[in-house]
Amino acid sequence: MELSPPTSYSRRASIVLFPRIPKSSSPERVVVTGAGVVTSLGIGWLANEAGFRAGRTAFRPVTLFDVSRQRAKTAAEIDVPAELPENSLSEKARSRLDRATRILLLAAHEAWARASLGSSENIPVVLGTTSGGMALGEAYSRQTLDRPKTNWRQATRLAHYQAQLQALELGQALGFKSQVTILANACASGANAIGYAFEMLRHGNADVVMAGGYDALCQLTFAGFDSLQALSCTTCRPFDARRDGLSLGEGAAVLILETLDHARKRNAGILGEIAGYGAVTDTHHLTQPHPEGAAAYLSMQKACDCARVTSAQIDYVNAHGTATIQNDATEALAINRWAGACAAKVSVSSSKGNVGHLLGGAGAVGALTCLMALRGQWLPPQAGLTEPEPLCQFQLVRSPTDARVTLAAANSFGFGGANATLILRRWP
Amino acid sequence: MSAPRVYVRGVGAVSPAGWGAAALVAALENAVPLPTIPLARPGWDKTVATRPVPTPATRPAFLQHARLRRAGPISQYAVAAGLEALGTDTAEVQAGHLKLGIVVCVMAGGVSYSRRFFEEVLRDPLTASPLVFSETVFNAPASHLAAFLGIDTAGYTVIGDDGAFLQGLAMAAQWIAQGDLAACLVVGAEEVDWIVSDAMRLFDRSAIQSGGAGALYLSGKASDNASVQLSAVTDSFNYSADQNRTKAARGMRAQLPNGAAGELLCSGERGSPRADRAERSAWEGWPGLRQTPRTILGEAFVASTAWQCVAACQWLRGGLGTAANVSIVGANQQAIGARFVLSDDPRSL
Repeated sequence: MELSPPTSYSRRASIVLFPRIPKSSSPERVVVTGAGVVTSLGIGWLANEAGFRAGRTAFRPVTLFDVSRQRAKTAAEIDVPAELPENSLSEKARSRLDRATRILLLAAHEAWARASLGSSENIPVVLGTTSGGMALGEAYSRQTLDRPKTNWRQATRLAHYQAQLQALELGQALGFKSQVTILANACASGANAIGYAFEMLRHGNADVVMAGGYDALCQLTFAGFDSLQALSCTTCRPFDARRDGLSLGEGAAVLILETLDHARKRNAGILGEIAGYGAVTDTHHLTQPHPEGAAAYLSMQKACDCARVTSAQIDYVNAHGTATIQNDATEALAINRWAGACAAKVSVSSSKGNVGHLLGGAGAVGALTCLMALRGQWLPPQAGLTEPEPLCQFQLVRSPTDARVTLAAANSFGFGGANATLILRRWP
Repeated sequence: MSAPRVYVRGVGAVSPAGWGAAALVAALENAVPLPTIPLARPGWDKTVATRPVPTPATRPAFLQHARLRRAGPISQYAVAAGLEALGTDTAEVQAGHLKLGIVVCVMAGGVSYSRRFFEEVLRDPLTASPLVFSETVFNAPASHLAAFLGIDTAGYTVIGDDGAFLQGLAMAAQWIAQGDLAACLVVGAEEVDWIVSDAMRLFDRSAIQSGGAGALYLSGKASDNASVQLSAVTDSFNYSADQNRTKAARGMRAQLPNGAAGELLCSGERGSPRADRAERSAWEGWPGLRQTPRTILGEAFVASTAWQCVAACQWLRGGLGTAANVSIVGANQQAIGARFVLSDDPRSL
């Protein structure tokens, strides 16, 4: 078969990864036209909106793996439905989907449906995850140790535990055929994915991008955080003076991001705007934040600079707020410093008190919580809070509150020092 | 608007050939597959053949850094390759005079620590080591590299199949072209572990796992010696029900120039007829020279792709030609390619 000769790059720049010539020299505005979410609060925007607004929590004893020898016993497990929404996967392919992919697909389907776009074929996808389909990897490992000469199901497990296969399955299900970028920046993965997509659009390198983050519970990660003594043995209470650690959760949030120009041309319903993104690396320690929150402060500041807003203009911060002693203390210092004289006016809460730490999904769910607050004009209360951490100079939201919210920030600070902040703006 | 120029200012490599890009290039010039080292596989009488990174003649000084003393092999390889690529610019970076980004690309990642930790969990989770767990995160190498260099610019860890390294190159190059960064270090790294070697035999019994890292130091400014430029990274052609490996590989090739007699194709062929079928089909009729590093060095996924790029750049720097294509028909995600040129080549754009 004779290949047709390629044309020169200048004519094909729009369909190569590099170089991509921006369509204009001024940055595009980036809006959200679709959003989907799955957490232990429920499947979909409505269930999660109601849960976050009311300050509900959704933790329960872990059933997915044995925790009898762990210090902590609870997590925010999802009741993943057996049936998936309509998609293009074959029956066989659907039967092989692992838990994490099912969770991701549920969120992505909702986001895609809401965006009401036509073809998904040429839309890039950017995802953040920390462990992909790790439960399959664990099953593979167990069998290699217990039954080393048995290959049954091993090839399938190996293939499907890898995040790129999960992404391709998502693409196959919903018709996405363009580039897939997967970022693994620990707990900031979801925020980094949305941020990277935002930058792609802002620079005119795409008109529409699907971006989000996800992770499912797995034994390795649960045991890992327990080994660090980072898990709470009581209740997850972000920014509480008596907090004793985080609770893990699982979930996904996916956004459809578009340039404003593209959204307007098709009269799209706009849910909100991604106004800014800041990302830095905290080099203090592999797993612990800088004690004064220096990198966290910088992340927030950079996001504001990108959005061309000041901290005084931010009405609400969805904090990283894991409920570990260290994170909440350093994040409190960072927010205090960033907000400065206006600290007392900034409202803060963390979704992790409701649905636990979703790792790769956390930053995306945090951003989506901001979106909900902006659209509904309410502030999510801090679940689990009884006595505020004395370091907090800002307002922790104590109860469900209606409020005027125009700008919100979502923080994500991960292992390896990956720090990211997203700024979202209300769309009138 | 003309296409922006992004130069490869430096390269680095750690491979079964040794520590340094020179060792890699020498092994490829020798064109003889490197010897294999047997690795015990628990529960089996037989060993698995691997090509690990040899112990360096002298312990690298950077391993004394607090962040690297307990780091896994993948982090050590990534830092070594990255520092070699940066060369004398390392001091500029550490002094804060150069805004450098970091992109680390992996497929299996820090698998030896992940496996070790999970085995500890299965034995008794109460005694599983938190020090080991910390190193299991995919972004540990990027984090250690940033800490060693003392930089706070955002670092990204990209995961995927072998093609992820070219995705990382494209990301970095685009940031530089857009003025978001002055320079960026792009590293591809993997490590040898019996569990990966064991896994590979399920798909290709002839595959020999290897480990190490490769790094490209990209900048908007040319270096003083031969100016190698990253001319392009093709689109990523994902595998799907509608696009099998052969179709994806041909799509990738169609985005690269036809090639000329004096050009190099550094392909991802593994020396396995079945595994290589799609890539061979795509590059049928290639008029220039060919190099297949994986047949010499073994299969190290993303690191192998990085070695291909290092080899292509060093070939150009050596004045052996004016353009080199790097081709990847990846393990399970995508076909993707890249083109490097000497910057005065009119065919670069």
